[in-house]
Amino acid sequence: MSLDSKIPKGDLANKWTEYKSSVPLVNPANKRNMEVIVVGTGLAGASAASTLAELGYKVKAFCFQDSPRRAHSIAAQGGINAAKNYQNDGDSTYRLFYDTIKGGDYRSREGNVHRLAEVSTNIIDQCVAQGVPFAREYGGTLSNRSFGGVQVQRTFYAAGQTGQQLLLGAYSALERQIGLGNVEMFARHEMLDVVKIDGVARGIIAKNLITGELERHFGHAVVLCTGGYGNVFYLSTNAMGSNVTAAWKAHKQGAMMANPCFTQIHPTCIPVSGAHQSKLTLMSESLRNDGRIWVPKKEGDDRNPNDIPEDERDYYLERRYPAFGNLVPRDVASRAAKERCDAGFGVGPSKMAVYLDFKYNLMNKYGKAEATKKGIANPDEDTLIALGKDVIKEKYGNLFDMYKQITDENPYETPMRIYPAVHYTMGGLWVDYELQTNVPGLYALGEANFSDHGANRLGASALMQGLADGYFVIPYTLGSYLSKDIRTASMPTDHESFDKAEKEVAARIEKLMSIKGTKSVESFHRRLGLIMWNKCGMARNAPDLKDAIAEIKALRAEFWSDVRIPGTDKGYNPELDKAGRVADFLELGELMCVDALSREESCGGHFREEFQTPEGEAKRDDDNYMYVASWESKAEGEWELHKENLEYENVKIAQRSYK
Amino acid sequence: MEKVLNINLKVWRQANPEVAGRFEEYKVETSPDSSFLEMFDVLNEQLINSGQEPVAFDHDCREGICGMCSMVINGRPHGPKKAVTTCQLHMRSFNDGDTVVVEPWRADAFPVIKDLTVNRSSFDKIIASGGYISVNTGNAVDANSMLIPKDDADTAFEAATCIGCGACVSACKNASAMLFVGAKVTQLATLPQGKAEREKRVVAMVNAMDAEGFGACSNTGACAAECPKGIPLSVIATLNKEYTKAKMKGF
Repeated sequence: MSLDSKIPKGDLANKWTEYKSSVPLVNPANKRNMEVIVVGTGLAGASAASTLAELGYKVKAFCFQDSPRRAHSIAAQGGINAAKNYQNDGDSTYRLFYDTIKGGDYRSREGNVHRLAEVSTNIIDQCVAQGVPFAREYGGTLSNRSFGGVQVQRTFYAAGQTGQQLLLGAYSALERQIGLGNVEMFARHEMLDVVKIDGVARGIIAKNLITGELERHFGHAVVLCTGGYGNVFYLSTNAMGSNVTAAWKAHKQGAMMANPCFTQIHPTCIPVSGAHQSKLTLMSESLRNDGRIWVPKKEGDDRNPNDIPEDERDYYLERRYPAFGNLVPRDVASRAAKERCDAGFGVGPSKMAVYLDFKYNLMNKYGKAEATKKGIANPDEDTLIALGKDVIKEKYGNLFDMYKQITDENPYETPMRIYPAVHYTMGGLWVDYELQTNVPGLYALGEANFSDHGANRLGASALMQGLADGYFVIPYTLGSYLSKDIRTASMPTDHESFDKAEKEVAARIEKLMSIKGTKSVESFHRRLGLIMWNKCGMARNAPDLKDAIAEIKALRAEFWSDVRIPGTDKGYNPELDKAGRVADFLELGELMCVDALSREESCGGHFREEFQTPEGEAKRDDDNYMYVASWESKAEGEWELHKENLEYENVKIAQRSYK
Repeated sequence: MEKVLNINLKVWRQANPEVAGRFEEYKVETSPDSSFLEMFDVLNEQLINSGQEPVAFDHDCREGICGMCSMVINGRPHGPKKAVTTCQLHMRSFNDGDTVVVEPWRADAFPVIKDLTVNRSSFDKIIASGGYISVNTGNAVDANSMLIPKDDADTAFEAATCIGCGACVSACKNASAMLFVGAKVTQLATLPQGKAEREKRVVAMVNAMDAEGFGACSNTGACAAECPKGIPLSVIATLNKEYTKAKMKGF
């Protein structure tokens, strides 16, 4: 099978413009007869569903939560990037493109990433028009801050809850279309299979989670916006319900999974504190604008951090990476934290944490500025702290509150303790330039696809990609596909392909219910998570990955013979729904290890211990691995690798350096 | 040795909307560092291991932002702490040996689905009736061409932090949704982008609110006191003002 990325020919900066100008269109009368299924209602799904409905398509949207507003995009904290150059600090479309390619460690496509950078500015305009209350300066203009891997200020934000505000904007656009009758919304519904007719995606089987009934839905095209699969690690910053099921069903129906081992471990999360924990909580990367990361210079130093004098602290990011300091990209910051903790310099009860300390900037950056504004001469330390605290509170108040709630410590007074945690998955369904998978009519947007972030995503770029795909890309590219399908009338769902798909879904549910074993779904999920974290986490090596593959196969067999699901398959049964998701994670985990094992290089978030520079940085092998690893499912636990070679015509590839 | 709390739980169990519910008593051992929902995870694990049905409850992000968790704890939506959702409430707020009563949101407009899970789709219907700015994708002007004073932006943001959990409704004697509706009306009426359709919006949203079966404002302020995001009572004053002005203009 050949993988055609369908990147338009021509000059990089003109590819998207030319594509848009020459793409075939569907006339308004025909649009009204065409049905589109959108699964997932996060930033990508809500923006796609509402925009396609505005264009005139008949849209059906699905989410497993009780309302489309709850999708996990809501939890994104720090911000959204756009090449507006409002700060006059040297930003441009090309620079955002370049930073993203470099940040991704040269494992993403030039054409896709340049398009992303181009439409980034439209996203901010669109969101402001919807009433998204971004942070503003006193003059009324929009405010910006910095994120990692970047030397300009291009991140737009709404305190520490930017994702919430952007999602509520997209959700309001979606609800408007629901109110107008252009979108039919199915909340508390989970997609359990893609239905193909003659090799083309023509609908889905969905389960009504309240009644337990299976439903058939036809669509001329199916658009998956179902997020990432970080929950394969059990402990992650994802929501409890985030899952791979929809993407995995698509994979089993022929869609390839690309770079599944590319996982983002976010450097600043609240550390694991005990066995009771069900999830980990992110502390936004934006905090690294004002927080300095350090550990004691002395091994095992367990003094109160406030009692450790300045010259006995190791600001290891500033020491190792003077050019970017605390704002190095996430993969680099995470590995550096792990290195210090593994070497015995970690802090806190578990010794698996480092400090994120705001005191310096609280006093010197904000305290002094406020004192000057208020005309206070020679302020003492307490005055500076009090003045600076108000500024910090306005920027990050909700994050500081959340930290205190979880740890019972006050971060205004004591440095935060943080450690890396699973956060985002760069890998996902393989898509071409049009965001179409290799199954015709089946599309993947946002975190569910693999396309834009290479081996490491830069901060504040997930929101950008989700909305770029939904608002500005899919309305054009889907039209290109549907323009060839205008003669296809909506199909009745009694077609034999729907029969067959529904029967298979029902049989799987019946099989799960019939096991009646002894162990809870949760217990299997925890065990899978531990295997993944220990052997396919921040550092990987061949023997561990081989062990992990064997362990996952065994765990999967045990699950299918000993899982206990209470209740029945009729009515509302969250344990049954969770069982289906964990069953899919048990297959995905194996593929992630297979992918990690086959990629014999280090790049971005994928760090193979065998392949590193003398300074401990990721060592790429561009001669042999500059490709997208796309895996085709052959049978359970069997895949065939297809390579899409990456070509860099504009960016000069180099060893990534933030020193 | 990790500290342990012994908690006696009285939990509302109701198999489906058609049957009557009742309280069931359980005992749970939990870490003080657990969140309230992690304590429920422990309970559910116990129930599954002993062959019983786990308690159904809504939850997702467990970071206090998605608005899905919804438990009335000892008579108060989201429990005893101010400005905290159920998922962010930690067991260190309780004492060893405490009895804790847990119920679902109670309101006609939020019917129980199962146990502690309720149906809040009425909130979505209110937003669909007008809780938006009518702007299609692609029509926007440059974001900085519209200057918005910082104070207005801050007011709009404060109102926009509503997570749509429904605690306000649950806390109100009349099961009124005016804090929820007021928050959205305030956000959009404060911003210049939202002014073009402010009258149409407020009337449509109030009509939808009434049609969904929410009561009138009780004027007790319980909604704002229990709101996990601290949405101020003043949004209801703004809602009333906007509604009155719209009605006087004949909307």
